[in-house]
Amino acid sequence: MRHVVTRPDVPAPIGVPVPRRDGVAKVTGAAAFTVDLSVPGMAHAKILRSPYAHARIRRVDLDAARAHPGVIAVVSAAELDDVHLVYGHAVADHPLIAVDKVRFAGEPVVGVVAEDAVTAEEALRLIDIEWEPLPFVRDTAEALGDDAPVLHERPGEQRPHRGFEEDIRRTHANVCSSSRQAWGDIAAAFSDAHLVVEGEYHYPMCYAYAMEPYTALAQWSDDGLTVWTSGQHPYMVRDDLAHCFDLPLAKVRVVVPYVGGGYGSKSYTKIEPLTAALALRAGRPVRLALSVEEAILTTRGDAATVRLRTAFDREGHILGRHATIHLDTGAYAENSPLVGRKAANRLGGPYRILALDVTCDVVYTNTAPASSFRGFGAPQVTLAGESQLDEAAAKLGIDPLALRRRNVLDPGERPWPKARGIDADLAGDLALAAEELGWDAPLPPGRGRGICLSASDAGSEPITTAIVRVLADGSIVASCGSTEIGQGSSTVLAQIAAAEMGVELDRVHLIQSDTAAVSYDRSTGASRTTTLMGLAIQAAARDLREQLVEWATTALAPDGPAVEERRSGVQVGDTLHDWGEVVRAWFGGAAGEAVGRGYLRRSGATAEMPPFWEIGCVGVEVSVDEQTGRITIEKLVTVGDIGCAINPQTAEAQDVGAAMMGLGMATLEELVYEDGNLLNGNLFDYRVPRTTNLPELRTVLVERGDGVGVYGAKGGGEGALNPVAAAIANAVERAAGIRLREAPFTPERVWRAIQERDAGVAR
Amino acid sequence: MTDVLQAPGLDRVAIELVVNGVPRRLVVEPRETLAEVLRDRLDLRGAKVSCDAQVCGACTVLVDALPVSGCTFLAVDADGRRVGTVEGLATDGELSPLQQAFIDQAAFQCGFCTPGMLMAATALLEEQPHPSRDDVVHGLEGNICRCTGYEPIIAAVLQAAGGDMPSSRREEVPAVTSAEAGGDPLDPGTEPVESQQ
Repeated sequence: MRHVVTRPDVPAPIGVPVPRRDGVAKVTGAAAFTVDLSVPGMAHAKILRSPYAHARIRRVDLDAARAHPGVIAVVSAAELDDVHLVYGHAVADHPLIAVDKVRFAGEPVVGVVAEDAVTAEEALRLIDIEWEPLPFVRDTAEALGDDAPVLHERPGEQRPHRGFEEDIRRTHANVCSSSRQAWGDIAAAFSDAHLVVEGEYHYPMCYAYAMEPYTALAQWSDDGLTVWTSGQHPYMVRDDLAHCFDLPLAKVRVVVPYVGGGYGSKSYTKIEPLTAALALRAGRPVRLALSVEEAILTTRGDAATVRLRTAFDREGHILGRHATIHLDTGAYAENSPLVGRKAANRLGGPYRILALDVTCDVVYTNTAPASSFRGFGAPQVTLAGESQLDEAAAKLGIDPLALRRRNVLDPGERPWPKARGIDADLAGDLALAAEELGWDAPLPPGRGRGICLSASDAGSEPITTAIVRVLADGSIVASCGSTEIGQGSSTVLAQIAAAEMGVELDRVHLIQSDTAAVSYDRSTGASRTTTLMGLAIQAAARDLREQLVEWATTALAPDGPAVEERRSGVQVGDTLHDWGEVVRAWFGGAAGEAVGRGYLRRSGATAEMPPFWEIGCVGVEVSVDEQTGRITIEKLVTVGDIGCAINPQTAEAQDVGAAMMGLGMATLEELVYEDGNLLNGNLFDYRVPRTTNLPELRTVLVERGDGVGVYGAKGGGEGALNPVAAAIANAVERAAGIRLREAPFTPERVWRAIQERDAGVAR
Repeated sequence: MTDVLQAPGLDRVAIELVVNGVPRRLVVEPRETLAEVLRDRLDLRGAKVSCDAQVCGACTVLVDALPVSGCTFLAVDADGRRVGTVEGLATDGELSPLQQAFIDQAAFQCGFCTPGMLMAATALLEEQPHPSRDDVVHGLEGNICRCTGYEPIIAAVLQAAGGDMPSSRREEVPAVTSAEAGGDPLDPGTEPVESQQ
């Protein structure tokens, strides 16, 4: 790893690659995930799913299933008339179990609770349903047709949602939401253009494959509902559960143990309302553990069709961009309205663009629902945007890197009016990528290089709280609603608490993601945790220190010398008192504790949106086998521009993981539907990267202290995914003279493009 | 922990296993997988089931020192054999060199693949105590990790083998220079100082 550091000095243990605090638990098998938990009396649930892409449910006969020995409850929508079945945070359109009709093959229709999972599975086969198949739409083009079958006869109600604040616009009955980003005189930009590059780009329907499939365990008691879940956002899930079951927020407890991968696919509510409903009818605690096949049908990423035109002047300056994006959200909105908003925002890229006009329609189709997934609209639109920069560079005879340097935003420059200025040195990042990749070195035949860039308006909303306490012995407990989903938050946030209180790291205990034990955090997503929860913990620590200095004055020096604040305590005269001593002195015994509160909202440093820009900067060198169409990624360079690496080891790890996931989506991964049925909804047929797909890696971490977070930190972990597909497409063009516009770049697609090239067919 | 003993019937089979060195006698149904028996009957929940189809490796355990997928390996087929799981890697609370290397290299993030990855790597190192990088890459091809991008895992296995990786990347504390404290964070200010590893 190459490490470039220009930020100010930071206190220990900030900037130190301390070992991950979840390490021992995870290498000994002791780490408990939701599927590893059980509670007394726990029963098991299995779900009957729709075999049809679109069908009316005529009749449901559950008698035989109910009579099956060992079955505790068999539940369809009819058994849940006391539950608000429809939920959704931006658009409420998603019933927790099918009501009257199904909108995709795989939609839950009946839940069976039994003493064990095998019995529940057996009972599923005894359920008899009479279906009336309906015409269905396969893709966004069909969905937007004049006489297209309509998925949602009544549009889902818009719900107040911080993060998606625009009014829902529907331009067609199958459009779930439509977002626009525009500025400048777009007509003039194109009429003045020396060159217009135009194309249609496709980003595939992908599956995040968090290796732990969705799992939830629900238990009702006189005091409300407790749900243990594999979800990323305990508080979002709590809110939806309170809505579905008409409970005060205080009566819903959501606990998230270790999470086996999320990558956005476990954000927001998934199977928790259904599990809670089954537990309610069963009168028993219920675990619902999905298989991978069911998880694929629960959430996937939004596929995208991007039609983009970019206008350039003679020198390669970007004059304007005009785009229409169709996102395929499948049967339900989930978080796609926000993905659509972000896709519109992110299409332009981190460049100075005189005029821009982007419309993004989020379109319903009769396929499994799509929602948040690492990159969140950015990978989809970056493929288009960054491809066109190289296409233009070739036509204008300009080096692609020089063309980017000519257009890239300067530090502080705003991508669009009212947006926060870019908190990064993008030209510097490009230079580092070029250096590591050997941009100017001669290329062997059959090889090509590409360097691409992205900047995402990330961080979501600054609605975050934290509590930091000093116990009587001076040890520290920090508690927060941010989830450890593998990204290393349990280590990084503890490092921040230790640094802020001036104590050794092993004196800090961190409590995470139990709504009964920690205070509110909006979400663990959008790469926001280190930055925003870091700030909340810092604020709580400062609140705590302020109180402790006051307490020291009262208890240790009522008439005496001034109390001076030190890093790890207070100094009174010649004596240094640690925080524990101050606590004990103030309470006048051996017990007590002090509580500090940290609140973060749209105010002060986090008033401007987005809270930070997440940078993606990636370079690749590829070779193309012209006989088979197989692309080999020979070399992969990531530049992690993250302001301050609280833990350089976990920061680098996030970049590498993100880039490799991007490599999977660029070359291997795609969910394939045929006539409403998913053809490859399993891990045999849906291929993800393995050890043998790993290229030679070069990683760079850049710390310029230019983020809004603690010590100048800003988010990472998604950025390196976003430009990978475009970088590969651009490198392939230089290697083989073909322009790939449809990911993944499978051998078949590459081979066909080579045949077309050789046949002289214009693309 | 008490062994689960029920009367064998037509549909049940008595089996004897040595799990992490401890002899166990159980009565299982012929359809039960080794992963189910380990997780649900013996409470050894380290091995994780993910793909449930023998393609991801998360449920990898050792049977007579060879790696198998617990999700598809029937428990009855383990009768009379030695079974090794992640819970058996540490001895008297002391992590194995491979476990320690996984921590040193941050060779995990979410940790769901880690028990299977560790068992596959344990078998690999048993067979090839001094593997090349290529040996490790091919030896672990059957184990998916969706978080790390594999590089730290390969480094950890090579570290455990005493191979060609530095023992810990924790030594990589960067050279740090200060830009002026309190200065404009957007001002690039001083020239970058770099440390190259």
